[in-house]
Amino acid sequence: MMAWLAINLNVFVSTIRRMLRSPFSNFFSICVIGIALSLPTGTYVLFENFQSFSSHFNGSPQISLFLDTAAKPEQVKDIAKRLAKDPGVDHYRFVPKSEAFERFRNSAEYSDVTAGLAENPLPDVYIVFAKDNSSRNLEGMRTAMSAWPEVAHVQLDSEWVRKLDSLLKLGQVATAILAVLLGAALIFITFNTIRLHILTQKDEIEVAKLIGATNTFIRRPFLYLGAIQGLAGGIAAWSIIATGLHFLNDASRDLAQIYSVKLALSNLDATDTLFLLALSSLLGWTGAWLSVTRHLWQMDWENHFTKLARQF
Amino acid sequence: MIRFDGVGKKYSGGIVALKDISFSIEKGEMVFISGHSGAGKTTLLKLVAAIERPTSGSVLVKSQDIGSLRKSAIPYLRRKIGMIFQDHKLLFNKSVFENVYLPLQISAFDPREAPSRVRAALDKVGLLGRERAYPVELSGGEQQRLCIARAIVNRPTILIADEPTGNLDAEYSEIIMNMFRSFNQVGVTTLIATHDDSMLEKLRPRVINLSHGALST
Repeated sequence: MMAWLAINLNVFVSTIRRMLRSPFSNFFSICVIGIALSLPTGTYVLFENFQSFSSHFNGSPQISLFLDTAAKPEQVKDIAKRLAKDPGVDHYRFVPKSEAFERFRNSAEYSDVTAGLAENPLPDVYIVFAKDNSSRNLEGMRTAMSAWPEVAHVQLDSEWVRKLDSLLKLGQVATAILAVLLGAALIFITFNTIRLHILTQKDEIEVAKLIGATNTFIRRPFLYLGAIQGLAGGIAAWSIIATGLHFLNDASRDLAQIYSVKLALSNLDATDTLFLLALSSLLGWTGAWLSVTRHLWQMDWENHFTKLARQF
Repeated sequence: MIRFDGVGKKYSGGIVALKDISFSIEKGEMVFISGHSGAGKTTLLKLVAAIERPTSGSVLVKSQDIGSLRKSAIPYLRRKIGMIFQDHKLLFNKSVFENVYLPLQISAFDPREAPSRVRAALDKVGLLGRERAYPVELSGGEQQRLCIARAIVNRPTILIADEPTGNLDAEYSEIIMNMFRSFNQVGVTTLIATHDDSMLEKLRPRVINLSHGALST
C-alpha cells in the first residue's frame, strides 16, 4: 500500500515536472480547455441567477379582481363576504380606488398624467391569494370569479412568471446541449494533446513494454497528465467566470440603482465548483485513457501489419 | 529452465525462421547460440522472451508455455528475464541512472531502495561514476554496458543477449564476456546469441548451432 502510494506520488510529481518543462504549450491547452468549459458553465451560472430572481416573484401568485368603477360600496362589501366564504381563498387584501389613485399621484412617472384627470378613473381591487397555487386551480378560480357580479376583470399575476419559467426551462435544455458538446470537445482536445505527448515518448513506451511494463504502467503517467490538465482547465474556467461576473456586476450596478433592486450575480457555490472540477478532471482522464489505449492497440496492430506486409 | 520441443516459427510472410528445434537448458547453464546471420538466432531469443510466439511445437520458460501464455501474463514473465538487445534500445532523453531505474519502476520496486539497487548494477558494469551522463556521451562499449546494467538491475534468473559483442573490438568483447561469465557464476541462466567464433573457441561453452533455422552440429 505504501509502495503503491509512493509510486503514484512519484508519477504525479514527475508529471507536474514534465508539464513545467513545456510551460507554454501546456498553458495554452489548459486555456483552450478552460474557455471550452467556461461557456456552458457560464451560461449555467447566468440561468441560475435569473432563476433565483424569478423565484422572488414566484412565491405567491395573486389573482387581482378589478371591480366595475360603477360598483356601489355595499356591492364591494358583498364581494368581501363572498371571498371570506370561498373555501379556495387563503387570504385577500382590499385596495380601495382612492388609495390606488393616491399612490399613482405620488409616483414620479405618473404624476403628470394624474394631474390632468378630473376624477379617479381607477377601480377598487381585491388581491386574492389562493390556498392551492397550481395553475389549474388558479385558472378555475379565475373563471369562477369572472362570473361574479360587479367584477369587471380578473387577472392572474403569475402568468408572466410562468412564461419566464418556461423560457428558463428552454435555456436549461440549451445549456445542457452546450455542456454535452463542449464536454465531448474537451475529451477530443485532451485526446490530441496526449497523443502528441505519446508520440514524443514512443521509444520509451516500446522499451518499457519490452522489459515487462503492463499497459497500466504505461497508461498511468498519461492519465495523470490528462486529469491534471482537465483540473487546471476547470480552474481556468472558474476564474474566467469569476472575472466575467465581476465585470458584469460592475456594469449592472447602475441598472440596479435605477430599479432599486439588489442585482448582484453570484458565482458557482461550493458544491457546483467541486462538481465542475471533478467533471473536468474526469473528462481529461477519459480523453487520455482513450488516447493511450488507441496507441497501445495501434502498436499491437502495427506488429501484426508488418507481418502481413511481408507476405506480399 | 528453458525447453524447446519441436519448435517451428513461420512468419506470416511465409518465411520459415525456425523449424523443428528441440533442446533444453538447465538452471544456471551458460549457452551460446551461433550461426550465420539470418539463421534464426534472434527469433529464438524472441521466443524465450515471449516477444514472438511459436507457430508449432512448444516453448517452456520457467515451466510457462509461451504459446498459450495470456497476454496479460507476458509482462510478468519478462520481468524475470534480463534482455540485452542488439540495437541496445537505450532511452536517449534519459540519464544513465534513469535508464537503469526504468525496470525497477516497472516492477514497482520500493523507490526508497531503488537508488542503491541502480548503483549496484552500474558498479557491476563499471559505470558507477557516470550515472548523470546521457547515453549520447557514452562510447559504443559503454552503451553496451549500460544495456547490461539495465538487464541485471532486477536480478533476473535468465539473461538473454543478442550479439552483445557485435561491433566491439576483441579486447572490449572479452570484458563483456567476462561480465556474463560472472553473472552466470552466481547462478543466472545465460543465453547469448553470437556469430563471433573466436569467442566460442576461447570459452568452449555449450553451443546451440543454427543453420537456416534448423539445428546443425
